[in-house]
Amino acid sequence: MSADQFLQYLISGLSQGSVYALVGLGFTIIYAVTRIINFAQGEFVMLGGMLSFTLAVSAGLPVAVAAILSIIITAITGAIMYLLAIRTARKASVISLIIITIGAAIFIRGIAGTKVMWGVDAVRPLPFTGDESLRLWGAYIHPQVLWVIGTAVLVTILLHLFLTRTMVGKALKACAINPQAAGLVGVNIKTMALIAFILAAALGGISGVVMAPWTMMSYHAGFIIGLKGFVAASIGGFKSPIATVIGGIIIGVVENLVVGINYGPFTSEYMDVWGLVVLLAILLIRSGRLAAEEA
Amino acid sequence: MQKCLKQSFVLILVVALIAISGVNCGPEEQQEPEKETYTVGALFSTTGPASNLGVPEENTVDMMVDQINADGGINGHPLEVIVYNDETDAGKCATMASRLIEQDQVLAIIGPTTSGNSLAIIDTVTTAEVPLVSCAASIQIVTPVEDRYWVFKTPQTDKEAITEIYRHLQDEGITNIAIITATSGFGAGGRDILLNDSADYGLTIVDDQTFDEGDTSMQAQLTHIKGTDAEAVVCWATDKESAIVAQDMQTLEMEITLYCSHGIANQAFIDAAGDAANGVIFPAGKLLIVDNVPDSDPQKDTLVSYIEDYEALYGEGTISTFGGHAYDALSMVVMALEDMDEGLSLADARAAVRDGLEQVTNFAGTGGMFTMSATDHLGMQPGSLAMIEIVDGEWTWLQ
Repeated sequence: MSADQFLQYLISGLSQGSVYALVGLGFTIIYAVTRIINFAQGEFVMLGGMLSFTLAVSAGLPVAVAAILSIIITAITGAIMYLLAIRTARKASVISLIIITIGAAIFIRGIAGTKVMWGVDAVRPLPFTGDESLRLWGAYIHPQVLWVIGTAVLVTILLHLFLTRTMVGKALKACAINPQAAGLVGVNIKTMALIAFILAAALGGISGVVMAPWTMMSYHAGFIIGLKGFVAASIGGFKSPIATVIGGIIIGVVENLVVGINYGPFTSEYMDVWGLVVLLAILLIRSGRLAAEEA
Repeated sequence: MQKCLKQSFVLILVVALIAISGVNCGPEEQQEPEKETYTVGALFSTTGPASNLGVPEENTVDMMVDQINADGGINGHPLEVIVYNDETDAGKCATMASRLIEQDQVLAIIGPTTSGNSLAIIDTVTTAEVPLVSCAASIQIVTPVEDRYWVFKTPQTDKEAITEIYRHLQDEGITNIAIITATSGFGAGGRDILLNDSADYGLTIVDDQTFDEGDTSMQAQLTHIKGTDAEAVVCWATDKESAIVAQDMQTLEMEITLYCSHGIANQAFIDAAGDAANGVIFPAGKLLIVDNVPDSDPQKDTLVSYIEDYEALYGEGTISTFGGHAYDALSMVVMALEDMDEGLSLADARAAVRDGLEQVTNFAGTGGMFTMSATDHLGMQPGSLAMIEIVDGEWTWLQ
């Protein structure tokens, strides 16, 4: 592997990792407040991407307007999903609620795939700043990836500030640490859960809008993208936005380097396997540490 | 003046016809009880990953049934096609196949859309002795032919498509190639043939990369290919995945030519890959380049009328080869039904349709010229495929 190639693997890994990270952030937020793993998170991403295509390319709105509208509509979808499906079943166990999110995901995907919505073709919204690839020493990067990375950085910083500096953010965090105690000191847990869902859906929408010109989007793309985001969030321990971003980038870089080694079990055929091996290793180390702390 | 003559001639003819039919009016009406409906089943993936393929298939069948019934049916029998959506799911497909056979009592089944689903129901149709005309690519659907007594198919196989690509590469004087394939059934099947047949055309595969369904970037694999001395890349995957490969090759500024499977033979590929689609070469049926097909070609009439009818119903530019596979499948079933004797029991009728399918000779379909036989249940004749290059977002025939 030449130095240029190595750099390209890192850059490509970073590109893909930033996509995973962005999607993972939505998982982290909802989990932190509600202990629910929202398997419809990938569908929010899909909605963001598909809506931005429809509004910008089919309806001809300016890209920025289309982007903002897509994010708002996705956020509203998140609110509706919470109010209709999650809040009405709030007495159910967390596992049941997680299963409900899987149902919601299938429902959203089903609607999106119908002929009146988007049908089945993959679409590609116009990239924000063209298709001309940028050269970084010996490696190439698609300009849209810079938007993805930029958005991931910005969102992480804003989320961090929101959770540590604002009243609502602190209340969200309080719910995450101890919902009962938070309720006792006057935090409305139900409202907080609603806010978490809206925030996560908006985040999904943002991810979809910025990644779709690079990754393309179709009505069933949400499942795999959601899965990768879930892995990123798991590596981050569903704890903090920053840990999730690091998790996403680790997965992206590992997958790409495995292809670069191209020897023995380190080939493109086992790319996903190595991502999961890293996840397992990190989970094992973490549970080992937890056990040690308890002992 | 000529027009006037013609009109009066037609008028006389009409009057004469009315007179004749008037005479025979009584007995005819008695002889014409409602003829029983011929029921055919169809299994298409109109949702799920293969829905790009399944939707035009369903559209085609809907259109053909209306046309056939408007023209008086098959020897006076109305035709009904019951279409079920298998959601690109093999389990679902098997359930639907049983329902068609047991509950709907169909004479034959066309589809399924995908190779995996077709293979999944071969045992079912064989045990139940129902003829199946698959619309999927894999050669295993009709081989070994001894075990596929009831099974036929219409699309060209991966093998024929790869042979066309390899012959083209050989003509271009290329010796080193890289392959990049999806790990799906389609991609893996293509990979086997690509690896097996390369030596026959003097080609060396210098890099063999794969990716998973749903992957959003193939940059890593392509970076590896870029580091080899490959002179061309052959990608075996669906249209969306191939579009990502084309995009990533553009991002990485790779100059070598990308060859794709017949799986990208639709407008969706060009829409998704955009500028990166230009220069991509792939094999496909003549349907996509009908304007370049000479009038002397035996398929020309079929191609022109199918495209005109389909686009009149579903819009300009909606044509795809997958709908054509369904057209060929249903056409052959209809031909078999036309030759079938009246008043057979269900089991005998199914057997008669099967025998009729095996006797199809020189049928000019959309995908090629078909001559079935007891040893060949695809029957596609040489020269059915063309090599196509995308130039300025349009398909062009490479002669």
